[in-house]
Amino acid sequence: MTSLPSMDSRGSTRVSDRTHSRPLCPAGLSLRGLRNSHAGPFDVDVPRGRCLVVTGMSGAGKSVLLRMIADLDPHQGGVALDGVACADMPAHQWRRQVLYLPAEPGWWSDIVLDHMPDAAETRGLLVQVGLREGVLRTPVHRLSTGERQRLALVRALLLQPGVLLLDEPCSALDEATTRKVEALLGDRKAKGMAIVLVSHDQAQADRMADLRRHMMSGHFTGDAA
Amino acid sequence: MTPILLTTSDLLLAAGLIGICVLLSVVLSLDIHRTLAIAAVRMAAQLVLTGSVLLFVFGRSSVWLTFLVLAFMFAAASYEVGSRQQVCLAPSWHFGIGGFATIFGTVVVVLVGLLTALQPHPWYQARIAIPMTGLLLGNVMNATSLSMNTLLSAVGRERAAIEARIILGATRAEAMNGLIRQAIRTALIPTLNQMAAAGVITLPGIMTGQILAGMNPLDASKYQIVLMSLIVSGNMIGATLSAGLTAARLTDARGRLRLDRLRD
Repeated sequence: MTSLPSMDSRGSTRVSDRTHSRPLCPAGLSLRGLRNSHAGPFDVDVPRGRCLVVTGMSGAGKSVLLRMIADLDPHQGGVALDGVACADMPAHQWRRQVLYLPAEPGWWSDIVLDHMPDAAETRGLLVQVGLREGVLRTPVHRLSTGERQRLALVRALLLQPGVLLLDEPCSALDEATTRKVEALLGDRKAKGMAIVLVSHDQAQADRMADLRRHMMSGHFTGDAA
Repeated sequence: MTPILLTTSDLLLAAGLIGICVLLSVVLSLDIHRTLAIAAVRMAAQLVLTGSVLLFVFGRSSVWLTFLVLAFMFAAASYEVGSRQQVCLAPSWHFGIGGFATIFGTVVVVLVGLLTALQPHPWYQARIAIPMTGLLLGNVMNATSLSMNTLLSAVGRERAAIEARIILGATRAEAMNGLIRQAIRTALIPTLNQMAAAGVITLPGIMTGQILAGMNPLDASKYQIVLMSLIVSGNMIGATLSAGLTAARLTDARGRLRLDRLRD
């Protein structure tokens, strides 16, 4: 086990400590030996403006991977954005830049406007994902699953993250709305956002992927990139 | 100012009342006569024992003996504060946080009381220090355990909401603040009720005791005001400390929510 990277005091590893690893992606997301007891190690680069699609069966560890990238679960190995390691910046700043969108997003209040400002930018995004403006005034519990899913995407995009980690973002959406969401994501990608997308939808994977990985019981299988 | 002392026949009368309650339980098939009888015997034994121990301790006027009694009370409170909670931390953390918050809150207000308002000579005089500590300890313990219980049971329920904040870049303090505030508020509700009801709906225990012991009612009310203020301050300290420390234990230095540290 001599190749195990050394650990810093916080229990996560600095990317640069791994002597044998490839150089970090200078503009984009780099994973180097990222792992915990359930999944990994994962080594992959997602340059800005690209989308990595991760496919695999339920329970293969796809959400575990996204949670580790966002530093939401304890892990070993490193993640870096634009060459700056996650461990080298305060965790909350990391998460704001490397934003995770869970399959079932949480809401800390029943009032939509507690989660996002009533601004022109918000309204613009609502239109792009096919939501009417009225959702801003509707209690969260009255919204449909699909509406909440898109609202959570709007809430995330308003923070202008550098990387978006998406866990089945269109699972509750019809075909036409899915295309709208994909168009919006494509637009952000063109502006330099990196995306890691977990999807069961093969057609969506084909449309979105610049890079692909398939996960099986906690590991990437063949390199399909 | 001499208190009216109770005689053996008074105690027999009290026992008779319990007897009637037991009888009623049998007649009405309430099925609590066994529990009631055991509770009555237990209560009597505990109180007589406490009375005897205090009589002994007061007679000695030894600092060490006083501190020994206080240490025993603190240990018992640290255990009680953590029991009867459905969701727990690992035992050392659970009893550690509960005990620390309870003892810290109590000690601060007991010292304030002993060194300013009451000023017995010496300040650790057992006759004042032990009953004062007991009174405040019981109250702070209640507030602390309510505060911990509220936070621990809410954190599992609110997991998605807390994590939503963390995901969007909140620090752990920002993400947990709402729950901490809610826990402190809940912990203080019984005290606030008690303060609101004081003198109008109920005659508070201390005041009743002082009046029965022969004190002028106005003086007794002043006593009650000072003690009530000490109680509310101690409760606030205990509830705030326990909520804050529990929240800190349920998150880590990287601002993650660590519900894996909960035990059912």
